[in-house]
Amino acid sequence: MFYLDDIGRYFLMLKGVFSRMTKGSVIRNLIFKEIDDLIIGSLGITVFLAFFIGAVVAIQTALNLTSPLIPKKLIAFASRQSVILEFAPTFISVIMAGKVGSFITSSIGTMRVTEQIDALEVMGINSLNYLVFPKVIAMLMYPFVIAIAMFTGIFGAYIAGVYGGFISSSEFLTGLREEFIPYHLVYAFIKTFLYSFLLATIPSFHGYYMKGGALEVGKASTSAFVWTTVVIIISNYVLTQLLLS
Amino acid sequence: MIEVTNLHKGFNGEKILKGITTTFDRGKTNLIIGTSGSGKTVFLKCLLGLFTPEQGAISYDGSTYSELPEQQQRDLREQMGMVFQGSALFDSMTVEENVMFPLMMFTKQKKDEMLERVYEVLNRVNLENANNKLPSEISGGMQKRVAIARAIVTRPKYLFCDEPNSGLDPRTAIVIDNLIKEITEEYDIITVINTHDMNSVMEIGEKIVFLKNGYLEWEGDKSQIFKTDNKAVTDFVYSSNLFKKVRDAQIKGL
Repeated sequence: MFYLDDIGRYFLMLKGVFSRMTKGSVIRNLIFKEIDDLIIGSLGITVFLAFFIGAVVAIQTALNLTSPLIPKKLIAFASRQSVILEFAPTFISVIMAGKVGSFITSSIGTMRVTEQIDALEVMGINSLNYLVFPKVIAMLMYPFVIAIAMFTGIFGAYIAGVYGGFISSSEFLTGLREEFIPYHLVYAFIKTFLYSFLLATIPSFHGYYMKGGALEVGKASTSAFVWTTVVIIISNYVLTQLLLS
Repeated sequence: MIEVTNLHKGFNGEKILKGITTTFDRGKTNLIIGTSGSGKTVFLKCLLGLFTPEQGAISYDGSTYSELPEQQQRDLREQMGMVFQGSALFDSMTVEENVMFPLMMFTKQKKDEMLERVYEVLNRVNLENANNKLPSEISGGMQKRVAIARAIVTRPKYLFCDEPNSGLDPRTAIVIDNLIKEITEEYDIITVINTHDMNSVMEIGEKIVFLKNGYLEWEGDKSQIFKTDNKAVTDFVYSSNLFKKVRDAQIKGL
């Protein structure tokens, strides 16, 4: 019953986010600020993680290809498939649930604790729209982050594969183009769009409805990370079943 | 005038406000006092429209809030200014941006016009040379002044203050009290202050509403509060050693 109550409140929150819009000039500035905080601020860690994830995938694949009958280009093929289908969209999103999610929860939660949200409400401002809507719009840029993660991941695989002596450059490039299905990119970006919405709204929910003081802000951040991850993993399964089966 | 009629409010089956009926007049500083847990904050939040009463009505200059359509309720809220206990300044904005915020949200003024008004109110609350500082870079007393400036920048009809002296030294507290009283008279607004500070009662208590366990126990002004026989009020007033000593001295004719 407790979870059903939370799910109900989450959808009521979404209704609040998209109603009674804040003044355009104000919301525009907020969106730019959120893009800077949530998107630009995540690029560094995303590039770093994606590069090494791609590199490790290439090495692991290479070390498991012991049969001489299996062509080396499979290293590039497997790296590309792993990075595009799962590691870039899902794995990076789980990490972003920690980075972006805890930032959103703690910033909104602190506003709740220090009565800043009450101040917005007293002024007659729809605080949900003012606080959450710019985050949702800013996170529409998230697929660009994932696109960069895909590129960097494959680049990491290339560096580790070629300079680690597992595969030649030409073999890697051949494998990279092998049996490429453009729909896999569509699938990956459909997932990414859904994750971007979840990454903006679930942590906002935990921050907005938290009660208590500083300790509870910390608990809400942890709870937001756990629930965002759980929902991402479940929706990954459902979408994979729906889109690839 | 704000008229409160038979106001009831509770949470999870527990009654917090139990049939409060009173009025708050324009141009006066009205104080809600009482011990912790007496329902002061809930009462103030009902007046602000943040809590919906279970029973009873609150009317602002003849308009009953609960009977107004949603848009008119929002319009009414725009006529309210609020000074929160912890100031509730937006910590990502500078002092100037905090004060300008209501103007940006609710007016179509040009930036120059907004800035002119911001400087005017910052000057009115005696706060200069802090425009570009963040709330975390100024003292508690200065934060209260910024909160007052933000509350009055749109020339509201109603000003609500939740323990505006909380966390301030006695001297700054008196300055803030007097500032609120001056602004109330100057702007001819209805000011309602929630406090348990007896110094505030002495300084600015033109109308005092005393709450106890959710009931309106007593109402009067600052001259009457020291003469009342109501035990709950005298217990509250003379819980301070200072006031107790003043009373004892008066009795002894010192």
